[in-house]
Amino acid sequence: MMRDITIGQYYRADSPIHRLDPRVKIAGTFIYMVSLFFQKSILTYILAILTLVIVVKTSKVPFSFMVRGLKPIMFILLFSVLINMFFVPGEIVAKFWIFKITKEGMIQAGFMGVRLIILILGASLLTLTTTPNQLTDGLEKMFGCLKKIKIPVHEIAMMMSIALRFIPILTEETDKIMKAQMARGADLDSGNLIQKIKSMIPILVPLFVAAIRRANDLAMAMESKCYNGSDGRTKMKPLIYTKADKGAYLMEAAFLAVMIVLSVVSHKAGLSF
Amino acid sequence: MSIKLEHLSHQYAQNSASSFYAIEDINLTIEKGEFIGLIGHTGSGKSTLIQHLNGLLKGTEGSYFFDGEDVYAEGYNMKKLRSKVGMSFQYPEHQLFEVTVLKDVCFGPMNMGLSEEEAIIESKKALEAVGLAEKYYDKSPFELSGGQKRRVAIAGVLAMNPEYFILDEPTAGLDPVGRDRILDLIYNLYKERNMTIVLVSHSMEDVARYANRILVMNKGHLMFDDKPVEVFRHKKELERMGLSAPETSYVMEELQKRGLSVNQDAITMEQACDSILEALKEGKRL
Repeated sequence: MMRDITIGQYYRADSPIHRLDPRVKIAGTFIYMVSLFFQKSILTYILAILTLVIVVKTSKVPFSFMVRGLKPIMFILLFSVLINMFFVPGEIVAKFWIFKITKEGMIQAGFMGVRLIILILGASLLTLTTTPNQLTDGLEKMFGCLKKIKIPVHEIAMMMSIALRFIPILTEETDKIMKAQMARGADLDSGNLIQKIKSMIPILVPLFVAAIRRANDLAMAMESKCYNGSDGRTKMKPLIYTKADKGAYLMEAAFLAVMIVLSVVSHKAGLSF
Repeated sequence: MSIKLEHLSHQYAQNSASSFYAIEDINLTIEKGEFIGLIGHTGSGKSTLIQHLNGLLKGTEGSYFFDGEDVYAEGYNMKKLRSKVGMSFQYPEHQLFEVTVLKDVCFGPMNMGLSEEEAIIESKKALEAVGLAEKYYDKSPFELSGGQKRRVAIAGVLAMNPEYFILDEPTAGLDPVGRDRILDLIYNLYKERNMTIVLVSHSMEDVARYANRILVMNKGHLMFDDKPVEVFRHKKELERMGLSAPETSYVMEELQKRGLSVNQDAITMEQACDSILEALKEGKRL
């Protein structure tokens, strides 16, 4: 069940996208997301989809693997599409009881759906091609300037990477505890909602105990290696921009520029909606 | 009255590129009243195999008959199977969750459908069997020592009165005293309660000492299934699988080489002791 979630998962492969500096990818994802929100025309949609397809192809992540990640958010997707379809005022196409579907609503809903899907695919590409450690490293470096206003950037980044690191461990632990309680006759599937919640207690209590025990062990191990936060700490793999990274930055800037130009042009030509 | 596996296989990650067989074509019959030692290197499929015995995992191929009934048939009562085939995982104390020791042990019997009074009676019997004093019954399981916690966890399975009891490395991480206590307790269950035991262990000495039948797993296959003496004659094969014979066995081999005629089939300390004394008394030099 827990293994189906692909959002936040890393897909091991050797591709130009995998090799990029995490900062480039974070900036790229940010630019992509922002540009998706301010654009409103068919032309910019085509450009955004095209860009996504090219980047996914270069990243060597199988498309089917990415689509699987959409499953858990299917409900939110459908919900927002339906809301748009029924509640946008305009020319009425179909009507039953208190619901009316408008032409504008359908167009809006369609674009909304596409926007959400490419948004999520674009964001998931970041985590699929970047290990959690690289990701936090990149974030730490990008927000390093905030240290000047006393924000503990390094500590926050460390907490993030520890949290991410513990997900597979705790998943395994949950599996083990569930099996052990099932061996003692625990029934996890049947019964009404309250019984189901009650039947989670024999799993949650040992899980919390395990999490605290592991956190304690980790803290002890870190302290015995003289970890004391960011002061004077150097990196084993410092982040240094390569030519490819600089090229990628240029491409990101070009993408943003074209998006803006296309938006303005299509707005003037009346292609946006 | 037996556990019977026929051509049982379990394939993980079926229909994907990374699929592999954790166990393959296992044929095994466990009769009542046996004490079985299950050994194998890490990743040999021991844990996967034992999880089939109480229905936590379902074989992807092959069949499993418990007392002649097909476990994989539609509508088979898994709860009943799990009450008859008790299982204690590695570090079972990590699964304790209740407010008091007694309540935690009651969890199993209550799940089996016993009333609270009946469950308490069974639990007290089980706690007595594992040798935990009554003053601990109302304590929180988290206040106990490591060895005590483990005995509470084992009592939690015992309270369901299983006919078969599978223990996955019950002595892992315990000090020597705690180890001996757990092993003695298991042996008592076998001797006095006629419980059928499957003991998964890394210690060749332990299985040599207690088991009357040994199963050896390697890369998902059942390599040996025989009396301890017979299994430990295959020293070289065992070593190739990352296992070994009991230390005693090596001492006897060395003594033989040095010219003392001793019993090469001695696998426990007692047997070795007797054999060496005898050889020395009779001056049986080669």
